[in-house]
Amino acid sequence: MSADQGDTGTARPAGYPDDADLIEAIVEHAEATRADSVDTADAPSPPELTGATVSYLPVATRRPGVDLPPPDEARRSDVDEWGRSEHMRTLVRRLYDPIYKYWFRVEWEGLEKIPSVGGALLIANHAGAIPSDAPAIMHGIETELGRPVYGLADYFFRTVPVVGTLWSRTGGVPAHPDNAFRLLHDQQQLAMVFPEGTKATSKTYADRYRLRRFGRGGFVEIAMRAGVPVVPIAVVGAEESMPILFRLPRVAKALNLPYFPVTVNSLLLGPLGYVTYFPSKFKLRVLDPVTFDVEPGLERYSRSRVMDEAERIRATMQDALHDMLRERRSVWLG
Amino acid sequence: MAQALEAKPDVEMILGLGTKEPKVPLERTEFVRSDQKYSILSRIVRATQVDTIVHTFLETNSTAVSSRVLHEINVIGTLNLLAAAGAAGASVRKVVVKSSTHIYGTAEQDPTWFREEDARTGPVRTRLERSLLEVESLVRDFAEDNPQLAVTVLRFANVLGTDIITPISHNLRRRRLPCIAGFDPLVQFVEEDDVVRALEFVTANRLPGFFNVAGEGKLPWSEVASIGGAHLVPLPPVRPRLFAAPLERVGLIQFPAELDGLVRFGRGVDTSRLRNAGFEYRYSSAGTVRSFARANNLRRATGGSGEEYRYEQDVEQFFRHSPAVVRGVDT
Repeated sequence: MSADQGDTGTARPAGYPDDADLIEAIVEHAEATRADSVDTADAPSPPELTGATVSYLPVATRRPGVDLPPPDEARRSDVDEWGRSEHMRTLVRRLYDPIYKYWFRVEWEGLEKIPSVGGALLIANHAGAIPSDAPAIMHGIETELGRPVYGLADYFFRTVPVVGTLWSRTGGVPAHPDNAFRLLHDQQQLAMVFPEGTKATSKTYADRYRLRRFGRGGFVEIAMRAGVPVVPIAVVGAEESMPILFRLPRVAKALNLPYFPVTVNSLLLGPLGYVTYFPSKFKLRVLDPVTFDVEPGLERYSRSRVMDEAERIRATMQDALHDMLRERRSVWLG
Repeated sequence: MAQALEAKPDVEMILGLGTKEPKVPLERTEFVRSDQKYSILSRIVRATQVDTIVHTFLETNSTAVSSRVLHEINVIGTLNLLAAAGAAGASVRKVVVKSSTHIYGTAEQDPTWFREEDARTGPVRTRLERSLLEVESLVRDFAEDNPQLAVTVLRFANVLGTDIITPISHNLRRRRLPCIAGFDPLVQFVEEDDVVRALEFVTANRLPGFFNVAGEGKLPWSEVASIGGAHLVPLPPVRPRLFAAPLERVGLIQFPAELDGLVRFGRGVDTSRLRNAGFEYRYSSAGTVRSFARANNLRRATGGSGEEYRYEQDVEQFFRHSPAVVRGVDT
């Protein structure tokens, strides 16, 4: 089943708009990138980063170059102005590391493309009923690069007791344009966002690895305004860790949730299935950072330009996903 | 505030107006008792030709007064004040209004930092917020109609200090802080001294517009309890006010409607506008809580805040106006 997944992708790019020319262009583009990857295969591969430098040392919360306010000696905890606590992150990293290493066996490709200094907006494809990709990306970057990642997500989390607080302490920030600007521009931090939003995590297994619409391209506008690059990350494996069979909209409505999924995990394990992932092999590929040569700090940017850039990034990510799926031989072993 | 102004030699005359007599010794301030609605203000303004009115009397503690009185004080009081300031031929050049960051409300869609021009995201839930919104819209209209006047509105975050009583300080004094189970939001505080200094700062400088005033940084609600030496009193996330009501009844905690939102989602305001205008804070948010906790410890140990002062009209009149008093001698 896993072997023909790559073919499924190229034969039926149905997730795209019904524009024949566009599809053709994308297929051509896909072939071009494939050719590229064959060329680079001969070149010496970059040093293997995974698992080599995992440390539990606290990550510096501010980057050098950004003026540090003097520490407030009246404070009693290390919760920063976004609610992130480095102690909490260290604890979570310690607990999550075995899952990262031995359950998902996360493997990175092109991690050096993530800037080690300065702000950048990381975007990735989103999957799994209860997304398993966000913690993996945050854990990976924090351990390998030693800099914090703030995850921008739906403010829905804030309304949930305990979960909302934990999410905030471990680096979650409500996705508000002002918040993103402050993080990326004023504080030069790494922020991560999933442009597809819940449309991606709620999709059923039949739609796996088909990128949804990238919102209204808001992430491009934010990166333009903050003057930072967008770094796309293609994630393979998260889709199979908690596949959705179907959704129960009425239950979701009754529980006031964005969606209520019935997953394979929950059918096999009951309620425990909502906290247990299948051990699919995670592969993450960091794509080339995209910079926009526009003046930062403007209130508004050309809508067509924003949409074009968003669509271009989406197409590149879709190609990368198809490419990775083509090379994948097994869901569980990679 | 008046004490701080008295220390400045270039201030010619200070006039205090309030419902209660001042609790601190004032050297030069003339004090006039008025009702809550400032109805005599327009006569005073005409008689004295003042050039600056500092409106500090907005009530932001909804537990202290009934909703009717809240409306009288805030909305009608402001209306009278603005009418006096904007009257034809009035000498007023500057109006300073003390407002609160409660005006932004609290909702899950809020940005982590509100700027002055940001609108609130959630619906208006409490009568305090409604009254503040009404006041600020009055002030905004007034500023538009009277462009020759510098109208400054300062929005203060949660104020803590020995002299001001708010639901939070009330709770901290009793070493119990209500919270909602499972929520630990980030909040900001501003010290009483900084409040006075900010009012003084905008009175001395011409700074029309709206300004947020809050100490540097934010801290989680649980940390407020830990610095303040208080126990957290968890309330259920669903209908917390219902469960708080009996506790409020027996005087254990105060949990007004505006605290419900604050301890659920917190609130942050961007203070860069006033900072860029040149104002410097003495206390950070956490420093404010610490200083309050220290004053609270002292109060508990000695059973009072120390010096007491009673305003007596006749005595004050004597000291100020009697030819028998020798000027320049410390009384």
